[in-house]
Amino acid sequence: MASLTPISRKPLSFVLPTTAAFGAFLGLFVGTANGSGLTGILAGAAIVAVMGILFVSVIRNEGLSKWISIVGVAMMGLFFAGLPGIILGALAGWFFHWLTYWLYEGRYRAKLLPYLTSGQVLWHYTFRTICGAIFVFLITPILVVMPLSFNAQDFFTFTPEMLRLDPAGYSLKHYQDFFTNNEWQRSFKNSLIIAPIATVISVSLGTLAAIGLSQSHVPGRRAIMAILISPMIVPLIISATGMFFFYSDIGNWLEGTLGLPKNFVGYVKVILAHAVLGIPFVIITVTATLVGFDHSLTRAAANMGASPVTTFFRVQMPLILPGVISGGLFAFITSFDEVVVVLFVGSASQKTLPWQMFTGLREQISPTILAVATILVVISVLLLATVEMLRRRSERLRGMSPT
Amino acid sequence: MKTKLTALAVTTALVAPAAIAEEMTIVSWGGAYSKSQLRAYHEPYSEKTGVTIINDDSSAEAVAKLRAMDEAGNVTWDVVDVVAADAIRLCDEGLAMEIDPDTMLAAAPDGTSAADDFGDLLVSECFIPQIVYSTTFGYRTDLVGDTAPTDICAVFDTDAYPGKRSLEKRPINNMEWALLCDGVAKDDVYDVLATPEGQDKALAKLDTIKDDVIWWSAGADTPQLLADGEVIMGSTYNGRLFSVIEEQKQPVAMLWDAQVFDLDGWIIPAGLSDERKKRALDYIMFATDTQRLADQAKYISYGPARKSSAPLVGKHADMGIEMAPHMPTDPENAKNTFLYNYEFWADYRDDIDAKFQAWLAK
Repeated sequence: MASLTPISRKPLSFVLPTTAAFGAFLGLFVGTANGSGLTGILAGAAIVAVMGILFVSVIRNEGLSKWISIVGVAMMGLFFAGLPGIILGALAGWFFHWLTYWLYEGRYRAKLLPYLTSGQVLWHYTFRTICGAIFVFLITPILVVMPLSFNAQDFFTFTPEMLRLDPAGYSLKHYQDFFTNNEWQRSFKNSLIIAPIATVISVSLGTLAAIGLSQSHVPGRRAIMAILISPMIVPLIISATGMFFFYSDIGNWLEGTLGLPKNFVGYVKVILAHAVLGIPFVIITVTATLVGFDHSLTRAAANMGASPVTTFFRVQMPLILPGVISGGLFAFITSFDEVVVVLFVGSASQKTLPWQMFTGLREQISPTILAVATILVVISVLLLATVEMLRRRSERLRGMSPT
Repeated sequence: MKTKLTALAVTTALVAPAAIAEEMTIVSWGGAYSKSQLRAYHEPYSEKTGVTIINDDSSAEAVAKLRAMDEAGNVTWDVVDVVAADAIRLCDEGLAMEIDPDTMLAAAPDGTSAADDFGDLLVSECFIPQIVYSTTFGYRTDLVGDTAPTDICAVFDTDAYPGKRSLEKRPINNMEWALLCDGVAKDDVYDVLATPEGQDKALAKLDTIKDDVIWWSAGADTPQLLADGEVIMGSTYNGRLFSVIEEQKQPVAMLWDAQVFDLDGWIIPAGLSDERKKRALDYIMFATDTQRLADQAKYISYGPARKSSAPLVGKHADMGIEMAPHMPTDPENAKNTFLYNYEFWADYRDDIDAKFQAWLAK
């Protein structure tokens, strides 16, 4: 993009304190890792400020000073953190060089409107920093888990070896534990049994309910809707307590009167409970898609002799499919993540993954939980990416532009 | 519809074989402790009888869950591992079955009856003791300065040992330690603690370190805090500290001084069907005999509850180190121990709990 505003050099009295502040921020981390945060702050600020003077007053050559900066800071990285420090150091060197020139040459104003005041320019970049920070705070808790899951120790701690990127500080043993430990495997299997079946039930019942409730002639449909959605609104712990007593009776009857095996009844109880929790999500998403559904299409289908069932599967279903799928995804994730209801309704044979993680966190703080979390995050990302790609593909096929 | 039917068929196929084999649910605490039970009791028992054992790590909520199960008329647990205080409560409420030690528990190899072998540790009619554990302090050897603490009062001495310490978020043990370090004689601690002035005195002592305390509620918290270096010392169960020191090789050492002994053991829930009751009793008979109790000490550093098991305690199964010196009951470690008073806490727990929580919130 072409420059909007003519730029001019800025005084060093403005450039140096700003870059020094960034240097101090980085110095804080390096200093803390090496024993003294305060020394790190002061040294970081001083080094970056001196570098700034050197670049713009002594060397006066942007290309040359860039390489000096990259190599120089990479050497410092080597000194503090060994080989891996070189990469981080080089990145930091590049960044400080870029920052110094960006400020010194006044490039930060180039793409902004010429009449903005200094305050407005500051706000422009502060606003972007805040947005970035929000993003970082949302994402970091998830990202932090990933390196920790490769910890060679049995604690949730970044060991000095890990910070030095020393291979001895990393290990796959928590992943191995997950794949070989019976308890984890059993709970993983249980989750894979319970969540899909609960999803199928939620999607079938939820879709039918949504279609029924979208007909204007259904009496009291608002009240019915409110009741069906209530599991989403009532605090989970209350639904769970109610379900515990409700399903205990049903379970006793299934076991006692019908003589079904205890284990099977256990699964039925948890699956039904999870299906109930998933239904509201399906109803809401399908109802939302039905708003845009043209009911004259069903009448046209009926006109041509299609039975209501055929009409549903051949005409209505393909059109509301995106809503059904996203409702199904929500229902699946609700069941897959659910810990409260299964703690109440399930017995140990139905222990699901979240339950196992919950007890694991309380009883042993084992990084296996982090390994599982990492695997689940990767699976969720892949799942969502696949669904999104399929959606775009089908829209492309139908000649709509992806939104 | 087709998918659903297939899915149901799949579940049935997965579930059915498990339902045919005999199965029992044993509730315990999880972590290294459950693992030690798995290896010392569950695996040999399954091998001997073919019964599948399912672990439920719900001992922390055992009392509440047993109450709910009893109300719903659907007790799904067969054998439950609880601390002695919980066993006493469950027994009083009629939620646990009474045990006759002479007919339901194995005699010692030399013929001593189970009642004599367990001795004083049979603190309730429903309770089958399994281990003696202690709550004691661990400290970071690299963070406490040149003189390592040897005395419980180091916990209250923030001048000599500056830094955070972790204490359990409940009055039990903390109040006793506070009084001990406030100059109350060991034998008088519970007499003093029974009076409101004594309780205030203990809280006043705790108040002097309140700003330096991180409160824990799960046994795994203190090991994590010690490993992080977030605290310089902290109380937890001695077996947890053993694993931090010997298995995880952290720079941590034990402060055995004024360790508080407590018991942990089995109960069988009341109201099981005859068939399940028979199996639970068979398991208990097997798992609490002299050899099994000694076997458990190969995997975790808790003292076996039978007198006859003590001489059989050997080396750690994986690390090959002698286990006896790591037992809380070892004479070297038990030079100064503190006896937990079940009756006192049964009577005063609610009052002191309320006071303690109010103090915490201040």
